[in-house]
Amino acid sequence: MTGYLVRRVLELVPTALVIIAASFALVRLAPGSPFSSEKEISPEIRRQLEAKYGFDRPLPEQFVRYVRNLLQGDLGLSTKYPQRSVNEIIATGFPVTLSLAAVALVWSLLVGMTAGIIGAVRQNTVWDHSAMMAALVGISVPSFVLGPLLVLLFSLRLQMLPPAGWGDWRHLILPGLTLGTIYAASIARLTRGGMLEVIRSDYIRTARAKGLAERLVITRHMLRGGLLPVVSYLGPAIASMLTGSVVVEKIFNLPGIGPYFVDAAFNRDYFLVMGIVLLYAFFLLLMNLVVDLLYGLLDPRIDHA
Amino acid sequence: MATTTDTVLEVCDLRTHFHTDDGLVKAVDGVSFSVRRGETLGLVGESGSGKSVACLSALRLVPTPPAAHPSGVIRFAGKDLLTLPERDLERLRGNRLAMIFQDPLTALNPYLSVGRQLTEVLEVHEGATPAAARRAAIEMLTRVGIPAAGQRIDQYPHQFSGGMRQRVMIAMALLCGPEVLFADEPTTALDVTIQAQILDLIGELQASLGTAVVLVTHDLGVVAGTADRVAVMYAGRIVEEGTTAEVFANPLHPYTQGLLASMPRIDTPSRQRLAAIPGLPPDLGQLPSGCPFHPRCQQAGDRCRQAYPEVVIASPTHRAACWETEAVS
Ligand SMILES: Nc1ncnc2c1ncn2[C@@H]1O[C@H](COP(=O)(O)OP(=O)(O)O)[C@@H](O)[C@H]1O
Ligand SMILES: [Mg+2]
Repeated sequence: MTGYLVRRVLELVPTALVIIAASFALVRLAPGSPFSSEKEISPEIRRQLEAKYGFDRPLPEQFVRYVRNLLQGDLGLSTKYPQRSVNEIIATGFPVTLSLAAVALVWSLLVGMTAGIIGAVRQNTVWDHSAMMAALVGISVPSFVLGPLLVLLFSLRLQMLPPAGWGDWRHLILPGLTLGTIYAASIARLTRGGMLEVIRSDYIRTARAKGLAERLVITRHMLRGGLLPVVSYLGPAIASMLTGSVVVEKIFNLPGIGPYFVDAAFNRDYFLVMGIVLLYAFFLLLMNLVVDLLYGLLDPRIDHA
Repeated sequence: MATTTDTVLEVCDLRTHFHTDDGLVKAVDGVSFSVRRGETLGLVGESGSGKSVACLSALRLVPTPPAAHPSGVIRFAGKDLLTLPERDLERLRGNRLAMIFQDPLTALNPYLSVGRQLTEVLEVHEGATPAAARRAAIEMLTRVGIPAAGQRIDQYPHQFSGGMRQRVMIAMALLCGPEVLFADEPTTALDVTIQAQILDLIGELQASLGTAVVLVTHDLGVVAGTADRVAVMYAGRIVEEGTTAEVFANPLHPYTQGLLASMPRIDTPSRQRLAAIPGLPPDLGQLPSGCPFHPRCQQAGDRCRQAYPEVVIASPTHRAACWETEAVS
């Protein structure tokens, strides 16, 4: 198991290098430059600025320097916010984004799995049809519609939750629901499909033949196999919740990392864009690894020796 | 001869019908049989004749839908299993009425250790503590011939061979010492060399526990060595029933005669082509009128095409449903 883990982590190194090189190239080859919008600056100041960030050096040299700094955990300086390092910006914004994704994840799992299990166990009943109809709506409604609707209901009408901004955990509820709903819908469908496959299997008939009560048949015998498709979906889903938080953070005016990412891309804030891209990539790789390990724990036929 | 008070399970006029897209399939259509304490009843017939559905119906394990709730009466321990509340039936399943299946790989849960799948039976039916259940499970695994059961109990089904898996299934079914065991083709998925071992094992445990066994098979050879009595099924009905000796010595129904003729024997050269029953097993959704066997029957006459045969009684224990056979005994 430890050997497997070490091997998997080592395998990530070339992947990470490719991601770093590709994102560096893409960011640098994009038209424009960090200082092109500020027309007023003189060529003199511009040269000084470029020297400060090392943009006057040849590209290969800049890349090597970037990777060297990266290895020391230094993501460089922002060109838009010169007094702040990329590390600082991520350190303030990312915890908010991460908490938002966590709320969205819990909500989507709770709702999605419940709806999917009910749909499968009560297949072709009113329960099943309503759950799957709700899932269809959940998948179809975009967050810039759902978000304002939730604010209208829970903040303006019921006055239960703050409509926007940042403070304590209560500010995360509505954004979390907005972000999580679309995933809840996908998880509901995956759960239902996985469970239905298991329900028809021979070993469920055996479990019933043993005299187990239906509740035990479901919880002990069906869930494991039935939820495996959801587990494989979680890796990409979590990564996509992190990146997908951009819109939700804008709607609810949350100080997460998302809005910085959009601004940085518009401003050609080279190091900030790179930093956030690499952060997302890191999480995607991490989540896929975690999911593989989880899968191995759930399915004894997979041997991570 | 055993008295009727020995009868542990009595199935009367069992009917299980499926409502499928292709219409009504009468998988089991008026089946009656009974088993006595410690006895083995062989339930024989071609694939698709309704043997599995008959057994599953007795435990109410047929999925509804597509099946309608089985009709008839199944008497066990003074109750009718077909009308028993679900909760009461759960207390009997896996406890006093057990079942083992054809494919032990798919019939065992791949995600749970073998031990867990055994101990839960004892926990549910006997309220055993985890430690006591584990001890009993190891003991039972040893008894069915699993070497080093103390270690293997923590392994998963995929770590066992086919024969060993079926032993695990048998251990699981017999943990609570059931009065009736339905064994649905328990050796069909196994190597020939292992088949005899498994049948012997079932026989041994049956003798020591006094369990009645309904042994389902399409192979008369299996029945010859193990069953006390034989019931032959065709198209959802029992067409002949008798002691094994009676049925083998004096098969009344042309279908039984055909099955016996197509049985490989030691006294005929193996090269010789077996006399298979002509034609195909019937489509249960579109049965012919009269005797469902008549399209394949060389002795069929006009009566056979018109009405289902009356019962011919050859002895108090031997009967068949055929218009053409003579009840000589
Ligand atoms: N779940 C089901 N849905 C529809 N038809 C079924 C189902 N299970 C069994 N049947 C039908 O019942 C008939 C008897 O099947 P079965 O009892 O499995 O036969 P056997 O065990 O004798 O080979 C078959 O014709 C089959 O098509
Ligand atoms: Mg069968």
